[in-house]
Amino acid sequence: MLGKLTWDAIPFDEPIPLLTSAVVILAILGIAAWVWRKGWWPYVWNEYITSTDHKHIGIMYIVLALLMLARGFADAIMMRAQQSLAIGASQGYLPPEHYNQIFSAHGTIMIFFVAMPFVIGFMNFVVPLQLGVRDVAFPTMNNVSFWLTASGALLVNLSLFIGEFARTGWLAFPPLSELEFSPGVGVDYYLVALQISGVGTVLTAVNFVTTILKTRAPGMSYMRMPIFCWTSLASNLLILAAFPVLTVSLALLMLDRYLGFHFFTNDGGGNSMLYMNLIWIWGHPEVYILVLPAFGIFSEVAATFSGKPLFGYRSMVFATLAICIISFMVWLHHFFTMGAGANINAIFGIASMIIGVPTGVKIYNWLFTMYGGRVRFTVPMYYLIGFMLTFVLGGLTGVLLAIPPVDFVVHNSLFLVAHFHHVIIGGVVFAIMAGYTYWFPKAFGFMLDERLGKAIFWCWFIGFHLAFMPLYVLGLWGGTRRMQHISDPTWAPWLNVALVGAVIIGLGIALTVVQLLYSIKTRDQRRDITGDPWDGRTLEWLTLSPPPHYNFAVLPDVHGEEAYWTRKQTAIKEDRLIDEPDYKPIEMPINSPTGVICAFFASVCGFAVIWHIWWLAILGLIGAFAIFVWYAWQDEHEHVIPVEEVRANARERRRIRMEHLHELSQST
Amino acid sequence: MSACDRGILDPVGPVGQAEKTILINSTAIMLAIIIPTMVATIAFAWWFRRGNSKATYLPDWEYSGAVEMVVWSIPALTIMLLGGIAWIGSHDLEPSAPLKSAVKPVRVEVVSLDWKWLFIYPDQGVATVNQLVVPAGTPVDYELTSATVWNVFFVPQFGTMIYTMPRMTTRLYLQADVQGSYDGLSAHFSGDGFPGMQFKAHVVPPEQFTVWAQSARGQGRTLDGPAYVELTKPSSYVRPMTYGAVAPGLFDAIVAGRTAQLDLPQAAPPTGRATAKPPGG
Repeated sequence: MLGKLTWDAIPFDEPIPLLTSAVVILAILGIAAWVWRKGWWPYVWNEYITSTDHKHIGIMYIVLALLMLARGFADAIMMRAQQSLAIGASQGYLPPEHYNQIFSAHGTIMIFFVAMPFVIGFMNFVVPLQLGVRDVAFPTMNNVSFWLTASGALLVNLSLFIGEFARTGWLAFPPLSELEFSPGVGVDYYLVALQISGVGTVLTAVNFVTTILKTRAPGMSYMRMPIFCWTSLASNLLILAAFPVLTVSLALLMLDRYLGFHFFTNDGGGNSMLYMNLIWIWGHPEVYILVLPAFGIFSEVAATFSGKPLFGYRSMVFATLAICIISFMVWLHHFFTMGAGANINAIFGIASMIIGVPTGVKIYNWLFTMYGGRVRFTVPMYYLIGFMLTFVLGGLTGVLLAIPPVDFVVHNSLFLVAHFHHVIIGGVVFAIMAGYTYWFPKAFGFMLDERLGKAIFWCWFIGFHLAFMPLYVLGLWGGTRRMQHISDPTWAPWLNVALVGAVIIGLGIALTVVQLLYSIKTRDQRRDITGDPWDGRTLEWLTLSPPPHYNFAVLPDVHGEEAYWTRKQTAIKEDRLIDEPDYKPIEMPINSPTGVICAFFASVCGFAVIWHIWWLAILGLIGAFAIFVWYAWQDEHEHVIPVEEVRANARERRRIRMEHLHELSQST
Repeated sequence: MSACDRGILDPVGPVGQAEKTILINSTAIMLAIIIPTMVATIAFAWWFRRGNSKATYLPDWEYSGAVEMVVWSIPALTIMLLGGIAWIGSHDLEPSAPLKSAVKPVRVEVVSLDWKWLFIYPDQGVATVNQLVVPAGTPVDYELTSATVWNVFFVPQFGTMIYTMPRMTTRLYLQADVQGSYDGLSAHFSGDGFPGMQFKAHVVPPEQFTVWAQSARGQGRTLDGPAYVELTKPSSYVRPMTYGAVAPGLFDAIVAGRTAQLDLPQAAPPTGRATAKPPGG
């Protein structure tokens, strides 16, 4: 009846997961009850859970990412503590079967449920606004994408309480991940969660490629798109090409585990090398899926806070597309030590280094964006400069790893761990924090606290260097990764420094929560009524903060590369806005519970597959499919916002802008 | 600085030495570009700060062919240089290529088990667990496989590491010139006992190696079918041990996945053997 599921699945004898689960469940129930008491359920249901508004979906992605960041960081600090304690005679506080789950969960969560939702969240919130349109191409599908991602995150976290998570590392290499060596449900949790969230990610890519290619404001040709839209396009093209490969690799592994196939097993003619190739054909582009939008965020930040257009826009676009294409030709550098031969190693090594060229160009372009500018040292600018200083060194160690004979001695070592955290924290996380600070006022109409923001930056910057520079040293000593126990006591001081670094990063994360709560509490003093608090250059700053559901009363006419900046400068010079346009009623998509219901059934189905409860799996699948059929039968997908409402809002907006304009004209 | 003369930074053989040289040269080449870039980042940001009235404001300066030329050229030239290093280095240090030496290589067959290392000396007819003994100044021809999941054979001070993969073999030539005991490990996560999968690599004078092999031969335990089955049972932090005799063809049988046949009095000759080369590679 319940497949493999018994009471033994709940870890009654392990205090850490049990206590954590209890606290998390109580917290969720507590928040739900509080929202209920306040009478906010209808608001949350209509404005967020079932919303088809790209801005609200973007915010939900970022909330999900922040929650998962807390989980992923908890794993990180536990690993660092274990490695500081389990040296020499001591075995620390985590036995291998627990420690191995933690590092596997840390990697999986940080990439799939922190970095990805953050990046996709920003794309959701920003891209339609920057393109000057009202929504993405497929608004309901957008909501479905989000909930499927959330479903994956739910399953990964459920493994803490029911059963176990994979103990195989975040890529679940076979044969270790085959039934013979991992008979438990851990790998199944991993596979099923990623399959479900993977569907969401691919749907997102379909949505954004279509949105960017087909729906832009009048006059916004490709070479007038803001660079963040370009990097988002490149990133989504990579998702479209790479994620199906992930789906197939995981599906083949599932066939091995569930139906006794032999794709990657030791016996029956399986070949585990195949999986290594497949997973990295996805895995390497994945790095660029994350980092390209990060580069986009930094490009916007550099231009805005230098008070200048981005230097070398065309170069930037070209560099982005070059990275997009070359990133598919380098996957083999993840296993130079497999013995593929000198020519293959050298070719893939050189291809990997070539990515360094467009990346280097980008660094120089940001540098020359600052040249001749009026640089304002706001929080996002701190992150940009911190990123430029950090990322070049992360790039250096990356190129070292791309040289096969160097990789032969540092492959898979703590040096590698330090390298990819160097570029992911120094690149992606810094960009996320910059973007979070930069677009927060656009999303909520008030600014985040600046002083706390700078404190958070320093926590990340100092914490990162303390946490990972020692790992470079240990890697050069020959230290490898994923060690539950350290034999050599001379590693202790370096590991302790790394632990201190992790604690400082933790302080930064805690301060992020404090900053959010404090800024909400004092929001009345930090309101931005102009909609353009940073003196921005792209179209998202043209509209209100927060923007109305339909974003723009009338789609903006785009002239030149910096649509909003040009318009703003003309208005300041002439001290008048463009003539009032002819307002029309606006059709907007209606809310839909399709996403949340589909994800509910997908989670049920996934859970049932993990535990081999086949009747429930079939029910879940039918449920998830039925909701789409129901959706397809709906006749009404849009509602109309009456012209009076549009006009009234727009007039109010014009009045505020006019006042703001007078101030600007007088100050110049 | 004690931090800088350990592990791969303190190689004891030609392979590790060459790899260290490439590591340091490449780092130096890149730092020559990166340090000025970092200085310029801070200098530009500071000089062009909003409050600085001495800095010229160029609000529309967004393109310069000359600057573009330079910013594409710098990384491109650097990567051309490093690409050359990578190409030559990959060929010179290809793990499966025999080392140039007048001395005849010693053969060692390496098997990763859950969670220990088995070293078979086919020419000497002995085997060891978690203890690698090699003659100084002599190339060693390692042929490697795994009887379980993937692992990586790595002695940091020797140089190049290589995967051990079930049903496949990899080939690695290394040489150690300085006598001593060095740490060896598995550098690829392989399950619960992984951190205990360490061994000692002893580099001894060639004469001493011969003496060691001869004295070990015929002494103590025999690595036959039942002993091998016993050895494959998962264990970690295993003390070094030596077998005075090895069932003939054991390594090939492990690669072929036919170790069960070693239970027969005479080991059957193995058939069908995969190589580490990917198809078409």
